[in-house]
Amino acid sequence: MSVPEPNGAYGPVPRKEDARFIRGRGVFVDDIQLPGMLYGAILRSPVPHARIAAVDTVAAAAHPRVEAVFTGQDLAALGLAWMPTISQDTQAVLATDKVRFQGQEVAFVVAQDRYSARDALELIHVEYEPLPVVADAERALDPGAPVIRDDLPGKADNHIFDWEAGDQAATDAVFATADVVVSQDMLYPRSHPAPLETCGMVADMDPVSGRLTLWSTSQAPHAHRTIYALVAGLPEHKIRVVSPDIGGGFGNKAPIYPGYVCAIVGSMKTGRPVKWVEDRSENLMSTTFARDYHMRGEIAATADGRVLGLRATVLADHGAFNATAQPTKYPAGFFHIFTGSYDLRAAHCQVTAVYTNKAPGGVAYSCSFRITEAVYLVERMMDILARELGMDPAELRMKNLLRPEQFPYITPSGWEYDSGDYPRALALAMDIAGYGELRREQAEKRERGEYMGIGISFFTEGVGAGPRAHMDILGLGMADGASLRVHPTGTAVLGVSCQTQGQGHETTFAQIVAHELGLSPDDIEVVHGDTDRTPFGLGTYGSRSTPVSGAAAAMVARKVRERARVVAAAMLEVSPDDLEWAGGKWRVRGDPDKAKGIAEIAMAAHSSLELPAGVEGHLDAEFVYNPPNLTFPFGAYICVTDVDAGTGQVTVRRFIAVDDCGVQINPMIVEGQVHGGLADGVGMALMQVIAFDSDGNCLGGSFMDYLLPTSVECPSWELGQTVTPSPHHPIGAKGIGESATVGSPPAVVNSVMDALAPFGVVHADMPLTPANVWSAIQGRRLRTDLALT
Amino acid sequence: MQITVTVNDAVFTREVEPRLLLIHFLRDELGLTGSHWGCDTSNCGACVVWLDELPVKSCTVLAAMADGRRVLTVEGLERDGRLDPVQEGFARCHGLQCGFCTPGMMLTARWLLDHHPDPTPAQIREALSGQVCRCTGYENIVRSVRWAAQHQGGDGGGGHRSESGGV
Repeated sequence: MSVPEPNGAYGPVPRKEDARFIRGRGVFVDDIQLPGMLYGAILRSPVPHARIAAVDTVAAAAHPRVEAVFTGQDLAALGLAWMPTISQDTQAVLATDKVRFQGQEVAFVVAQDRYSARDALELIHVEYEPLPVVADAERALDPGAPVIRDDLPGKADNHIFDWEAGDQAATDAVFATADVVVSQDMLYPRSHPAPLETCGMVADMDPVSGRLTLWSTSQAPHAHRTIYALVAGLPEHKIRVVSPDIGGGFGNKAPIYPGYVCAIVGSMKTGRPVKWVEDRSENLMSTTFARDYHMRGEIAATADGRVLGLRATVLADHGAFNATAQPTKYPAGFFHIFTGSYDLRAAHCQVTAVYTNKAPGGVAYSCSFRITEAVYLVERMMDILARELGMDPAELRMKNLLRPEQFPYITPSGWEYDSGDYPRALALAMDIAGYGELRREQAEKRERGEYMGIGISFFTEGVGAGPRAHMDILGLGMADGASLRVHPTGTAVLGVSCQTQGQGHETTFAQIVAHELGLSPDDIEVVHGDTDRTPFGLGTYGSRSTPVSGAAAAMVARKVRERARVVAAAMLEVSPDDLEWAGGKWRVRGDPDKAKGIAEIAMAAHSSLELPAGVEGHLDAEFVYNPPNLTFPFGAYICVTDVDAGTGQVTVRRFIAVDDCGVQINPMIVEGQVHGGLADGVGMALMQVIAFDSDGNCLGGSFMDYLLPTSVECPSWELGQTVTPSPHHPIGAKGIGESATVGSPPAVVNSVMDALAPFGVVHADMPLTPANVWSAIQGRRLRTDLALT
Repeated sequence: MQITVTVNDAVFTREVEPRLLLIHFLRDELGLTGSHWGCDTSNCGACVVWLDELPVKSCTVLAAMADGRRVLTVEGLERDGRLDPVQEGFARCHGLQCGFCTPGMMLTARWLLDHHPDPTPAQIREALSGQVCRCTGYENIVRSVRWAAQHQGGDGGGGHRSESGGV
């Protein structure tokens, strides 16, 4: 295929979305007010593991402003007490037998206003009989550990699955011959995406038509509609899911939550619209978390720094229900991309997943299906190896990076990387950073007893899931549709199945179509987030919008262009074969002044112009894009930190990020996506953790405890870019939404470990809070996921 | 109880519960949904509005406390069809992505520029440090406020100080 040169339609054009947002005129779920609307609230368990002896809702139901109260038993009567998860498990909508994590949903109240709904929760009395708790994943498989999922027939332990990838024997063989083998235990602690808008829904069941309209914080409206149809037995054509403006998603809004189901049941019971919007503590304590991977990495190399093999052994904490969200075949997501960006001979990973008395979830937070964990592992191991070998970590990486001529490259665990020039990206990052000068400065500072760190990470992502022969969600293949309607005057409406949560699809996708059709982006309206108005597709997560829906948009525009060719030929009275597309018009070969643009062709296509037999009028088209492979964005990051050894305080002084996401449609938006991901990386590395105490109490249930980076923790990001088009994507784009979140945490941690090298500190787990860093300097390693008691 | 609040120069009198939060008064009672609720604990700043001359987090102010006072929300930034330079700066510099934190960020930025017309990036970061943005990594927000600082005055408007003057 040929990659088109960017023309006037590509470029850093301002966003169409902004006009409404800067005026406060966005419409988020909680902004929707319907006549007669009621408000729902959820009663949640204060304890992490207990049998429910009784639930008394009499007083709540008697509240003068309460319209309905229901419990797990009430839902059981409807067959809705449990719902399927994306990982072939079940999850309680409202608890019937037991509660299994603190914050689990127990009862639902529908009242005439928000405050009364909350008041009524106080009137519900639940009798809990506490049970022993599994708060530590590393104890979950102990003999005699309390069995969390005794609802599953025959379940006698907390084991979920064992999964492996790579070649164990080949890996053992290269380890046996290696000069150097180093290993390290590391925790990628539980984190939370925490979009600023929490999750919510307005459910409106019209009792007459039987039509159910759901305004929902959903990153995947079409998939959600199908799941509602399957779960509730509702006819799919009677369900409309609308994702209006979404206040950030980051994976938090990919799953279906019990609150959504309760809002729907509430509307069915009352015959009125019901709004349910969770509060921040509910969001942090009950909706999908991220990570919680307890990993052991082992790396084998020659004495001169040639990496030979890599092993990873993982204990995965999935919480109380296995509700991780990834393509069906891959229970550990895409973790097996863990060999990263390096040319090594063999690799093997083994993942064991367990239940604990913690909230369910696990694949979220811009992780590209667990590539965050994979990149963290390999990039930490490269630094630890470099220190063992006495090599500069940049030199070790440069020596082992895949070379441009190796692409397409099949990794030891089976991925086919599409394209890349890795050494060029790392060299550019080092150039921007002034790497040599930084090392000199560091040496001088160490002489003075000051601790400065320089950390590198290099990442390869696999995004744009995915080829539907291999990738599905609950049986739904991961191909996405696009529809393009071209009006007689040459303006157009593009319908896409993905859903923007701030990524600017209304702008970017208009630019894609404009580029293909020689129109202005202003002439193209992008419709998304409404199942009634858009073609089917799986939605936005895993950086799949541009790789999948963006490709669908380009392809549907090309289909329109081909339809226009026939009409243009009739207009110009030539054969379609005599036309070529150039400069945004169909032109007669050899006589390029004879040309027709899409606008005039569109009018003709709707006119009385005589078309050849068998040619339909109009230009509208639809296309379903089934990706032939994932796309593989990559990047080189360098983080410079200063560590106060007296307090353990880490300051990120500089952060240099060179990203390659292939062809960029709107570089301004690409830059913004990278900026945001870098802040996430700083947050995860230094501040953010959802920890628990030994009794299973969540210690990260508010923004007082779950610390997010603000403007003063973030440096002024320094960006660079290379452009290596994807050879199989219609416009050569690769996706950028999660690159920085995936790539940046190890750069920060490597930087801090580099700063602490004089103390002999090899590793400390995220988040590198002052207490954690100070303890590391004292030679003590903290378990950051458990209470510091 | 009955309260009378001047919001964006319009006077509203309403019967409210004494416990009603200002953010819910603005959003649910007056339908001014531009201000957002984000955290309960005064950490995120999505709910920032002005109460008289000061930016406040309206999730921790009772509507009753606004009785007899003036409130400025994002809906009041645009005047006579002219955007505030802060609004224009955010759009020009890609200072927003999902748009949820944006109203609060812009209202604090407006206050900053009224008091420090030419702030440094460090001063802008300090002024916005009580607010959270999950999308932008803050760099483009800083650039947006700098853009607004460089495009103040003239017909760009700006300045929401009361007649009695601010600082």
